[in-house]
Amino acid sequence: MADSSNTQTQGSSRFGRYLIYTLLGLVCLYYLMPLFIMLSTSLKTLDDIRTGSLVSLPAHVTFQPWLDAWSKACIGVRCEGMSVYFWNSFRFVVPAVLISTLAGAFNGYVLTLWRFRGSDIFFSALMIGCFIPFQVILLPMARTLGELGIFNTISGLIFVHVVYGVSFTTLFFRNYYVTIPDELVKAARIDGAGFLRIFWRIILPISTPIVVVSIIWQFTQIWNDFLFGVVFSSGDHQPVTVALNNLVNTSTGVIGYNVDMAAAIIAALPTLFIYIVAGKYFVRGLTAGSVKG
Amino acid sequence: MRRFLANEQFEINCSQAVVMRARRVRISKIEEMVMLASPPSAVDDTVRKPCRLSLSDRIETWLPKIILAPTFVVTLLFIYGFILWTGCLSFTTSRMLPNYEFAGLSQYHALFANERWWVALKNLALFGGLFIAGCLAIGLSLAILLDQKIRGEGFIRSVYLYPMALSFVVTGTAWKWMLNPGLGIEKLVRDFGFHNFTFDWLTNSELSIYTVVIAGVWQSSGFIMAMFLAGLRGVDDSIIKAAQVDGASLPVIYWRIIIPSLRPVFFSAFMILSHIAIKSFDLVMALTGGGPGFSSDTPATFMYTFSFTRNQIGMGAASAMMMLMIVAAVVVPFLYSELRSSRRG
Repeated sequence: MADSSNTQTQGSSRFGRYLIYTLLGLVCLYYLMPLFIMLSTSLKTLDDIRTGSLVSLPAHVTFQPWLDAWSKACIGVRCEGMSVYFWNSFRFVVPAVLISTLAGAFNGYVLTLWRFRGSDIFFSALMIGCFIPFQVILLPMARTLGELGIFNTISGLIFVHVVYGVSFTTLFFRNYYVTIPDELVKAARIDGAGFLRIFWRIILPISTPIVVVSIIWQFTQIWNDFLFGVVFSSGDHQPVTVALNNLVNTSTGVIGYNVDMAAAIIAALPTLFIYIVAGKYFVRGLTAGSVKG
Repeated sequence: MRRFLANEQFEINCSQAVVMRARRVRISKIEEMVMLASPPSAVDDTVRKPCRLSLSDRIETWLPKIILAPTFVVTLLFIYGFILWTGCLSFTTSRMLPNYEFAGLSQYHALFANERWWVALKNLALFGGLFIAGCLAIGLSLAILLDQKIRGEGFIRSVYLYPMALSFVVTGTAWKWMLNPGLGIEKLVRDFGFHNFTFDWLTNSELSIYTVVIAGVWQSSGFIMAMFLAGLRGVDDSIIKAAQVDGASLPVIYWRIIIPSLRPVFFSAFMILSHIAIKSFDLVMALTGGGPGFSSDTPATFMYTFSFTRNQIGMGAASAMMMLMIVAAVVVPFLYSELRSSRRG
């Protein structure tokens, strides 16, 4: 935007730029520090942790904490590590993401290109679902899941995440489809294409960016969820975030900080991986989600 | 419009008229003119003669609504119905199991007589205020710095933003380790030679809530930076050029022209941050567990503890309703003022 070189002398401007770069670099270190400390701690032995410093590199790199965290650490009464819970998370996150994204796509399609009387009111009513604090639905939902016989099951978690994720995915797709000119659909209708045909053949093929945004957003949200996991599941059916919290906060005997850190990185890996691979879409999802506030 | 002028088969004409009626909101001006211009009998026919639609046409007409129906039912039941249900529970004497003995406002009386709830509210105010202010200040500063034609901006931006991909539980675990007095930052600084340095906020019941602020700001400020940066990129360059010609210095331009024009970004950022603050549950659970004692409780952890570990469902429901009202108290006025100003603009 505004370049300061117009108004200031060359010398002070150059000094200013050094200052800016230094500041930005320091802030980079601040953001990266926790990740670095987690990683280096997870590769240290307990002795090394006690004698060494928080920010030092491991004296001898050991992968034992990672192996322990993955398959040996005790979480609750089971001592089989994070792996069980890691796969648990995948088992409900993937279906929940796919179902909520598909439902959001259909909803968005209807709410923009097939509007009917009351559809706008319906959309506003749905958006309020994005605003409510989920505490307000926990007790009835726990009861309902119990009645349906899916409390503390993978299906129960899929159900809950789909129900409360659809508001967001609908918002994404609706805001995307609003930009599609009506003429496209009208022309297809004159040619005899029906509701579903238009969706599969015309709308879906041009939706790739928003599908990616929705999948990434939902994956991050559901993977990182803790509240629903801790309330609606226990024991073997818990997601990875709940297992991590249990591992870290219910320690018996020696606290294995290195194992804790390895477990934390394991729990963070899938979303970090997505961020690194598809950062652009990730940011777009965040800003699209920010519309809802 | 071919559909009205060239239709020979009544069946198609009829079904489309139904569709047209259903979608009359969307009929464009041009289409309206064509409809008026078309022979009146054609239009009248479709209205007067009883429509006999084939089954598939009827399904076709209803399909959009059928598709929307599950979401409609789910929203009605699982959002609005459940809010009502929780509201009902908060007026009962429910403890370990829900019962429906009407108890008036007694749960709310008990709630506001509970010291722990007041601690939670005080913490929410403290945490919310500092967290929002911290994120806005850091986010805006970083965005302004990054907007000075920085080399490697993309990389720096992704570094600032990556904490947003992490779970609050992971963030809490990491900061819990770094802030622990025995081996964390306290020890690090002492090893540098400052032997009297203490940084025991995590285990100090007066200060534990501030550790949540530190971790929360670390996680969310990068995202706010990205929002402000997008806002800065949208500021009209010509206004800035004009101000420069008038001799305004860069800080003055930012303070007087650019920052005021970011009002909408402040608005959305405030909404998001206050939302995160009110819902703050995972971060507190992972970092302090609400402790020491209940010194870092927030309404979200209070609700969880009373509903699910202390078997006080009635009071848990009452606290959940209070949370809903806090959200409404923050969101509604802001939404209202924003809608009004955007309508005016």
